[in-house]
Amino acid sequence: MAIEKHNTPMLDQLEQGPWPSFISGIKRLRDQHPSERINRVTNDLLGQLEHSYETRKGYWKGGTVSVFSYGGGIIPRFSEVGHAFPESKEFHTLRVQPPAGNHYTTAMLRQMADSWEKYGSGLVTFHGQTGNIMFIGASTESTQGFFDEINEYGWDLGGAGPCVRTGMSCVGAARCEMSCVNEQKAHRLLLNRFTDDVHRPALPYKFKFKISGCPNDCQNAIERADFAIIGTWRDDMKVDQAEVKNYIAGYGRQYYIDNVVARCPTKAVVLKDDDTIEIKNRDCVRCMHCLNVMPKALRVGDDRGVTICMGGKRTLKIGDLMGTVIIPFKKLETEEDWDSLVEMGATVIDYWAENGLEHERCGEMIERIGLANFLEGVGIDPNPNMVSYPRQSSYIRLDKWDDAAEAWYEKRATA
Amino acid sequence: MSKEMREPIESGCPDAWQYMHPVSRKNYGMWKYHEHPRPGVLKHVALSGDELWTVKAGTQRILDVFTLRKLCEIGEKYGDGYVHFTIRSNMEFLVADGNKVGPLIQALESAGFIVGGTQNSVAMISHTQGWLHCDIPGTDASGVVKSMMDELIDEFKQTNMPNRVHITTSCCQINCGGQGDIAINVQHTKPPKINHDLVANVCERPTVVARCPVAAIRPAMVNGKPSLEVDEKKCICCGACYPPCPPMQINDAEHSKLSIWVGGNHSNARGKPTFQKLVAAGIPNNPPRWPEATAIVKRILNTYKKDAKDWERIGEWIERIGWPRFFEMVDLPFTKYHIDTWRGARASLNASTHIRF
Repeated sequence: MAIEKHNTPMLDQLEQGPWPSFISGIKRLRDQHPSERINRVTNDLLGQLEHSYETRKGYWKGGTVSVFSYGGGIIPRFSEVGHAFPESKEFHTLRVQPPAGNHYTTAMLRQMADSWEKYGSGLVTFHGQTGNIMFIGASTESTQGFFDEINEYGWDLGGAGPCVRTGMSCVGAARCEMSCVNEQKAHRLLLNRFTDDVHRPALPYKFKFKISGCPNDCQNAIERADFAIIGTWRDDMKVDQAEVKNYIAGYGRQYYIDNVVARCPTKAVVLKDDDTIEIKNRDCVRCMHCLNVMPKALRVGDDRGVTICMGGKRTLKIGDLMGTVIIPFKKLETEEDWDSLVEMGATVIDYWAENGLEHERCGEMIERIGLANFLEGVGIDPNPNMVSYPRQSSYIRLDKWDDAAEAWYEKRATA
Repeated sequence: MSKEMREPIESGCPDAWQYMHPVSRKNYGMWKYHEHPRPGVLKHVALSGDELWTVKAGTQRILDVFTLRKLCEIGEKYGDGYVHFTIRSNMEFLVADGNKVGPLIQALESAGFIVGGTQNSVAMISHTQGWLHCDIPGTDASGVVKSMMDELIDEFKQTNMPNRVHITTSCCQINCGGQGDIAINVQHTKPPKINHDLVANVCERPTVVARCPVAAIRPAMVNGKPSLEVDEKKCICCGACYPPCPPMQINDAEHSKLSIWVGGNHSNARGKPTFQKLVAAGIPNNPPRWPEATAIVKRILNTYKKDAKDWERIGEWIERIGWPRFFEMVDLPFTKYHIDTWRGARASLNASTHIRF
């Protein structure tokens, strides 16, 4: 095969060292792949990347590319230096939604690889930071063919642009004893209720659902999701005293005093003289620490559900926002429970679509209008679990105080 | 277009049940406990007594189809053909029989993959697209990560840290890499350079004006053409104007630097989740191997490893020893730039006489 390989002296240095090299992988596609198209595309990709390394600049520009009837799901990339690297001048990424919890059979991965090398560059990532499978490197013409092929066997595009984005959920109930919720069900019910909002960007900005099965929050939902669903429980933690004794016999009593008792944020763990543990469940904030240290001895309770935090996001535009508690506890057991979760998602998205400014995340809108106004807008009552502490500033009009206090008592009486 | 277009099947998020290990399906939501028999391996035991073993392999994240098929081949020959990807792009091989773990590890390691990343290790660095694919990158996250993982590989393969360490990298201040115990992010230090000939045709000017976090951009006529101008005294060099307006070039070969932030943690374990804090900036963006950034990361990691107590994440360790001692121990300067000036900054000041001597 007669392709002229670009010299890549800087990239070549990334082939040294023990960690697997993505450059070696791209070179394998250039040198060993039977498709000459892939050889040429990856050769020019390496050429452009070397140029970036030399000049310390990126050379991709966005644009508009999608598949028939969708408005998003593809990250278009056109090269600014396409004259020098023509074979990779169109190098779009298709964002494809993963199965909830990121489970795959190797047979399915092979089937996707087979489809991808027919149309694209042969480069793929499981997964991007938004949670999508990223098929990196397709021309404008080939995106439709690739999508049609994988769409036939069960795969659909994810979100890109101002829309409901691809969801993320942890491995959860499929493997983990900490799981307090059917993460996969939450993930699929929510995402697939908003499929139209995923495929046709028409919201103020992005909106992300992420689901973690317990407060360890392995999906980083609280920091990154507009709507974070985090499993928790409200009855007593389960203690296996025999296993407690086994742990203490292993590492010693002092270790568990220093690392369990002393590290409990609410002093809710008591280690007794007979090496049994008492949990003060009314004080416990379900932080997970003691369960993480002693997973054989301590288990989550049976009355499980979720805490829902809203408004998490990274820097742009007003600075980082952590998601904050909107629903302290919600059961997800009956079909009505699940329906009301999806309904809540719809209510929040609708309210934000109506009231959010362009390019304003849900959390930024809440920051601008105040949490109390947001709660009123979406029909959720104030709850002391929503704040770290009540108002400190006296600069507030309180002339409707009596009505609000009365409403609180009325709600409590009917609860 | 002559061909009739095919209507998509809007199937959305696929059901994972069909791809899930049979032991997971059988014991879904009914797990009892887990153990950590060795770095890179987890053993989960269900209430039924069934076991599910996990072997975690670090990869290059940007996979070519050869590498993907190699991983599949190993998963079929030595595993059960079922895998799971972690949020940090590690591939986890799931097997029901603990006897398969040893040969599986051997096969992975002899094929060049790295087994580890569990428990108190330095996990795979989560990262972004960089020069390979992003439209606004200041650096190449894949290259930074490859260079750093080459040097941190032993910490990935062992579990000798006080607690787990999550590192992230990001190629601009949007920080797609996310919060981390340590985050290596691009920080621009000069205002955008504007190509006024292109602004009117390429940029929706009101959108760009609205995008600026400090209201430093205003419409202007430049050389008789509608364009935008930046009040460079107000500009914080964040680059937020660059995505909606590419003629406002923010990336600069010399002045786009790397910065290092520490103490981000999304878990609720012990304390509430925390955001990362700035500790070092002005680090050269130095491809292809970014040695200056790696050196600082290693210094922070080594100090943390030596000084932190069991279960302290980096942020918790610093909370205990205090910021003055942190800066002293890792030998980094404390400057006026470390004092926050953004909204809510006052909450970060030490309103007490709590001083460590």
